Amino acid sequence: MNEALQRLGEYTLLMRKTLSIPTRWSMFFKQLIKEIYKLGADSLWIVIIISIFIGTVIAMQISLNISSPLIPKFTIGYTTREIILLEFSSSIMCLILAGKVGSNIASEIGTMRVTEQIDAMEIMGVNSANFLIFPKILGLMIFIPVLVIFSMFTGILGGIAASYADINGMTPSSFEYGLQYYFNSFYIGYSILKSVVYAFIIASIASYFGYNVKGGALDVGKASTNAVVMSSIMILLADVIMTHLMLT
Amino acid sequence: MVEVKHIIKSFDGRVILNDISAIFETGKTNLIIGQSGSGKTVLLKTIIGLLRPDSGQILYDGRNFVGLKKRELNVLRREMGMLFQGSALFDSMTVLENVMFPLDMFSSDPYKEREKRAMFCLERVNLPDAAHLYPSEISGGMMKRAAIARAIALNPMYLFCDEPNSGLDPKTSLLIDDLIHDITKDYKMTTIINTHDMNSVMNIGETIIFIKEGVLEWRGTSDEVISSNNKALNDFVFASDLFRKVKEIEGQEQEKK
Repeated sequence: MNEALQRLGEYTLLMRKTLSIPTRWSMFFKQLIKEIYKLGADSLWIVIIISIFIGTVIAMQISLNISSPLIPKFTIGYTTREIILLEFSSSIMCLILAGKVGSNIASEIGTMRVTEQIDAMEIMGVNSANFLIFPKILGLMIFIPVLVIFSMFTGILGGIAASYADINGMTPSSFEYGLQYYFNSFYIGYSILKSVVYAFIIASIASYFGYNVKGGALDVGKASTNAVVMSSIMILLADVIMTHLMLT
Repeated sequence: MVEVKHIIKSFDGRVILNDISAIFETGKTNLIIGQSGSGKTVLLKTIIGLLRPDSGQILYDGRNFVGLKKRELNVLRREMGMLFQGSALFDSMTVLENVMFPLDMFSSDPYKEREKRAMFCLERVNLPDAAHLYPSEISGGMMKRAAIARAIALNPMYLFCDEPNSGLDPKTSLLIDDLIHDITKDYKMTTIINTHDMNSVMNIGETIIFIKEGVLEWRGTSDEVISSNNKALNDFVFASDLFRKVKEIEGQEQEKK
């Protein structure tokens, strides 16, 4: 319990140091663009590939498991859309990104810590947390919604592709009808809002574990693992809280 | 001038620095020597503010580093340059970008001027050709030189070097030593070097303090270090075969006279 409180305190202090006005805006924007490209745009292909396949599999599974004549076939499209919009493209995709981006951030900052690069910044009078972490947090918060929109789009495309396979009587027209049936545009906003919160969780927690590494290469590896585990847990917890607050 | 007064630093109740007081003079290469684990790195880190002393004062030309406010501290930090043991160059930046980093952060000069200044610093350390290479593409000696160029980019008043020769061959070590010494003289800086390399001690040591188990055991100059009667210092200095032989030859010559 003491350790948890200590970590919470350290995290809060680090965020206070991080979320301050940058010393030089031009350097901050340069870093921000770099981070958007490195953490966000670099993840685009993995998001597209995973979303297409998962969208396809969701449609196939629903089609295979709904065989009752009492349930209309457009339910497959409807359910696929709801799963993708409400949970897959935001929560599950961010859990995947927590692994990819979170470990990248923790190992990068952790390596900088053990090789004294962070100390070098501090000696120069640079707020290292602000310079290194703030652009990562903001960059991810800006770009993750873009990834989520791509994921929604490609996930649904995957579902449409599956509908052409004629599994258990599923047809493209019934699937497309289901996609449009009782559509609530608020779900897109809800999903994007969740992803912004997840982006903050991923970047800040991974940065915290990286920034506080003590030791050598082995400890950087441990910090990277801890960052992924902790940010995944926090994403799931945030999902429950936000779903309760926004949908019930 | 940097002056430390009665510095005490402990970790988990274990005293690492015990009442250390010393003066590091301007325009000279001041050396902190001692065996591994003697507390010299802790002393250097305390002087530069990476560690906070339990008690004592660190005076930078009269300004007490320990009691400074954040804004004053940041101003003072810009007057410092540091050469880390592992160079601590930023991996994601080229050598030129590394040298430009402190200028980009704190100088209001236009980009061309900052680039010119960075190139001047690289030329000063004989490294202009490596400007567009990444740290992973250059040798250990070149990394040290690039780190020195970065350290002097803002024209610091104080230069700190932590084991500047570690991992380098004797010839490159000599080059780095000479470079640090020349820069100290050129810019009239207060340079503090933390080392256990006796070649550096003899080559560039102007004022020297010897630390043993967290206590300041001896202070003097490079001329006095060989002839000192301090047993702990002699054990440290003459652990090297080369210096032991030099001492023996000197003894024999004195006997002949």
